[in-house]
Amino acid sequence: MQAFQYKKVRDIEGALGISSAPHAKFVAGGTTLIDLMKLNVERPTTLVDINSLSLDKIEKLPAGAIRIGAMVRNSDLAHDSDVQQQYPVLSQALLSDASPQLRNMATTGGNLLQRTRCYYFRDTAYACNKRNPGAGCAAIDGFNRIHAILGTSDHCIATHPSDMAVAMMALEATVHIRGAKGERAVPLNDFYFVPGSTPNRENVLQPGDLITHVTLPALAPGTRSYYLKRRDRASYEFALASAAVVAQMQGRTVQRIRIALGGVGTKPWRSTEAEQALEGREASESNFRAAAETALQGAKPLHDNAFKVELAKRTLTRALKVVTQAA
Amino acid sequence: MPKKKVPAVPGFEPLPEPPKSQPNANGVTRRSFLTCLSAGGIAVSTAPLLHSISAAQVETSPAPSSTTAGSVPPVPVVLNVNGRDYRLKLEPRVTLLDTLRERLHLFGTKKGCDHGQCGACTVHINGRRVNSCLTFAVMHEGDRITTIEGLASNGELHPVQAAFLEHDGFQCGYCTSGQIMSAAALLKEPCGEDDDSVRECMSGNICRCGAYPNIIAAVQQARKRS
Repeated sequence: MQAFQYKKVRDIEGALGISSAPHAKFVAGGTTLIDLMKLNVERPTTLVDINSLSLDKIEKLPAGAIRIGAMVRNSDLAHDSDVQQQYPVLSQALLSDASPQLRNMATTGGNLLQRTRCYYFRDTAYACNKRNPGAGCAAIDGFNRIHAILGTSDHCIATHPSDMAVAMMALEATVHIRGAKGERAVPLNDFYFVPGSTPNRENVLQPGDLITHVTLPALAPGTRSYYLKRRDRASYEFALASAAVVAQMQGRTVQRIRIALGGVGTKPWRSTEAEQALEGREASESNFRAAAETALQGAKPLHDNAFKVELAKRTLTRALKVVTQAA
Repeated sequence: MPKKKVPAVPGFEPLPEPPKSQPNANGVTRRSFLTCLSAGGIAVSTAPLLHSISAAQVETSPAPSSTTAGSVPPVPVVLNVNGRDYRLKLEPRVTLLDTLRERLHLFGTKKGCDHGQCGACTVHINGRRVNSCLTFAVMHEGDRITTIEGLASNGELHPVQAAFLEHDGFQCGYCTSGQIMSAAALLKEPCGEDDDSVRECMSGNICRCGAYPNIIAAVQQARKRS
């Protein structure tokens, strides 16, 4: 592992001061960063430890919204009683993620910034445009069973690995950021980039920017939500396909619905097309299947991951059925 | 219920203190032999040749060189491990796991995958279970760290340790300290009552021998008795 200078900061101002240094990185839970440092994929020369920042609270805001500090650990967020009651999709997504040990370490901000599990990104012996812009992509003609089918480009097909971010996408979360130019709020839907020709640029963060909070809007009374994850084994595995659904029903009619897919996109994949296909329609198996067909219409399967197209459709259809059944 | 005194299980007697490493006739101790194997990357099939290598040579073998250059001067760190403060000087890039094993000689915490995938390195930080391979020691000044060596108190086994002995919750034993540390933390976490819930809550600890049925039985017993 490359050597680095270590700085522990006590407040946000101190963190922002140091983090603008070239090749500086924030470290919170460390579960992605330290793993990748051991592989020489991440090579920061300064590590800014933000574990002492007081961003570890889950607060209820007026009008029923909720504010989650960037340093809230995944396990604490998953087991928070307000989150479990108001946003079950988020608790379910978090508890399907990683292991209990990792959830005790991983933070809300860090989870949003998880790096892909693409084998070729993680192994410096292979070409990777995300790790080394312009080098090429070993995954496109390689073994690409776990790779994305939505949002891909000729330069990158890496899947975004987070479950939490998929749930937050369906909950229409907002990311709050502090940077050199002050504070700003970015809807999670606008936070991530698709790879295009610059897969090294994954999100809107500029050098030195720090995620401070994530806010979730209040949901209308009676709103139901659900997270369904499909994977190679029953626990402790990344999604091959997952679906987060947040639905407001009026009788058997879908009044308002938000849909996001995981395990299939180069970013947590919100499908407004599937939402529009369902809103105002009856909650029926055929309408669910039609919405799922719409969600996967733009899918570009490769040699080893074509199975994900049907898997994602069935996962979404099933999730829609469950969420609209719950009384 | 009251904690059991060691021995916790009928017929179980505590092992005598291990003797200090004695070099064999060729001047090789078990640890220096293993160190030599890993440092030199020598194939096991050449083991007989190793007997001609003296312990002194092993000690002076250079550490395996990193693929990346550069170092940063060690920084002073105070770590609280098992109730005791240790004053250390560490490079920031030294993980908590390597510090426990290589500096504090607490070899009970095991290095398996070194990437947070197997759980062999599980320890408690401020009472919560974490993977010690995925965190740097310098990040833990002021934290309360507990390893398998600090789990028993006043000569009494932790209920999870006693249950693992009673149910034979291991085969080769390499994952066991991680399994026990994970299970000990699980006792204080939300987790369903049935075996499937325990499997999910213990999913961060891999057992290559496949001793899972006995591990689940041990965890369930410890939960009932706690």
